[in-house]
Amino acid sequence: MDPAEPGLVIIGAGHAGGAAAAFLRQYGWKGGITLLGEEPGLPYQRPPLSKAWLKGEATAESLLLRPARFYAQYAIETRLGTTAVAIDRAAQVVRLGDGTALPYARLILATGAAPRRLGLAGEAFANVLTLRHAADADALARVLGPGRRLAIIGAGYIGLEVAASARALGGAAVVIEREARVLARVAGLALSGFLAAQHRARGVEILTGAGVEAIEGRDGLATGLLLQDGRRLGCDAVLVGVGAAPNEAMALAAGLDAGGGVAVDLAARTSDPLIYAIGDCTRRPLPLYGREVRLESVPNAIEQAKQAAADICGRPPPLPEVPWFWSDQYELRLQMAGLAFDPAEAVLRGDPDSASFAVFHLDAAQRVLAVEAVNAPADFMAGRVMVAKQMQVAPAALRDPAQSLKDLCA
Amino acid sequence: MPRVTYVEYNGREHGIELEAGLSVMQGAIENNIPGIDADCGGECACATCHVFVPEEWLAKTGTPGEQEASMLGFAATAQPNSRLACQITMSEALDGLVVHMPEAQH
Repeated sequence: MDPAEPGLVIIGAGHAGGAAAAFLRQYGWKGGITLLGEEPGLPYQRPPLSKAWLKGEATAESLLLRPARFYAQYAIETRLGTTAVAIDRAAQVVRLGDGTALPYARLILATGAAPRRLGLAGEAFANVLTLRHAADADALARVLGPGRRLAIIGAGYIGLEVAASARALGGAAVVIEREARVLARVAGLALSGFLAAQHRARGVEILTGAGVEAIEGRDGLATGLLLQDGRRLGCDAVLVGVGAAPNEAMALAAGLDAGGGVAVDLAARTSDPLIYAIGDCTRRPLPLYGREVRLESVPNAIEQAKQAAADICGRPPPLPEVPWFWSDQYELRLQMAGLAFDPAEAVLRGDPDSASFAVFHLDAAQRVLAVEAVNAPADFMAGRVMVAKQMQVAPAALRDPAQSLKDLCA
Repeated sequence: MPRVTYVEYNGREHGIELEAGLSVMQGAIENNIPGIDADCGGECACATCHVFVPEEWLAKTGTPGEQEASMLGFAATAQPNSRLACQITMSEALDGLVVHMPEAQH
């Protein structure tokens, strides 16, 4: 490669950006690759931040997606602690925070998403935290432990995983959720109910249908929450886990089709043929459901990294995948595949009291839309196959423990 | 350092040295070997690091755990010698190990 020639620039050194750089080399991209990251470190695994990392069961090195030597070996230039501020499409350069401009032959946006805020004045207190980066997790780890009470606003996956970690570390946790149930946006009724009961049984306080009026404090630190119904909750720190919004300001400013995520096709192409976008910052088609979705997950980041790298290198597109997600809370392994758009029926397989069960969500034609499995890896895998094949399955067969799912999938 | 060879579905071989204690999945990721996706990063949650272990190595690599066996049961191309590479930990005893990759992980 000629260092004077503009190469491929990736904005964002998270899971998507790091994976794209690796796939580009795997698929034979011969030009330069520059990976720009705002965080100080090399790309790392984010899922453990709310779990193993908080509990001290992982090291910074064990979280790295690939070891430091990898980037030198594959001629991937990493520019960390570097902020990209604008894309100049006419000049084909990325403008950086230090005032310099970086030319590109191809550009991949992997800018991720940022935690949503509540818009409350109290969010400025030093112990009101969000969780996205390793530095956030370090700050959170410092406020967990025996005798500490963490107030968690939002009962999404981040909130519930951190609640479990807080309990494992001997502290107290109270979760405040605006909706009527935990995981209201992402899980079915049965899974929500099961998880809420599991957390309560382990001493987590869960308040649903509860809005936060104010975060109260003094001397720069939050000391408690005032709820909209007038209740007050004392705490030693607050975690705000109310979802994330795509980092698309640069794409919008550059005139790319964006809004609710940077719009891409199944080759991760944006509305500019030289620019791709991958991972949490995108809004992508999902032919399985005939919709556009924004998926915040590692598997999606990897799938779109493959799509972009394949298109750039002139290779056939990768096989389509079923979106899937996982979470670990206490000794519960949650695995979800598919998305339950317009479900008509939820079919329970197994017994929640045994803490091993799955819920299959079917549409009106009894096609499997999604599966949610708790400590039931075979049911998860079967569900993933059924979703991919858009299989029609009789609810009675799914419900019957004597019915082999393998036979149903065959 | 013990060595492991990955054989792609198309027959292309990749021989690497892999530090004992690391998993066969990590060896593939750290050396950019095509054919192993490892979506979940080694949590035994996704079955995208599926490999085939030749007969002569099966005794040394051991048998799948319960979780792994459940996942493999539904992998598209599973065979009796299927394993998840994230669940095979490299050791001196595995020096010379060969694993074969399926056509696809999804």
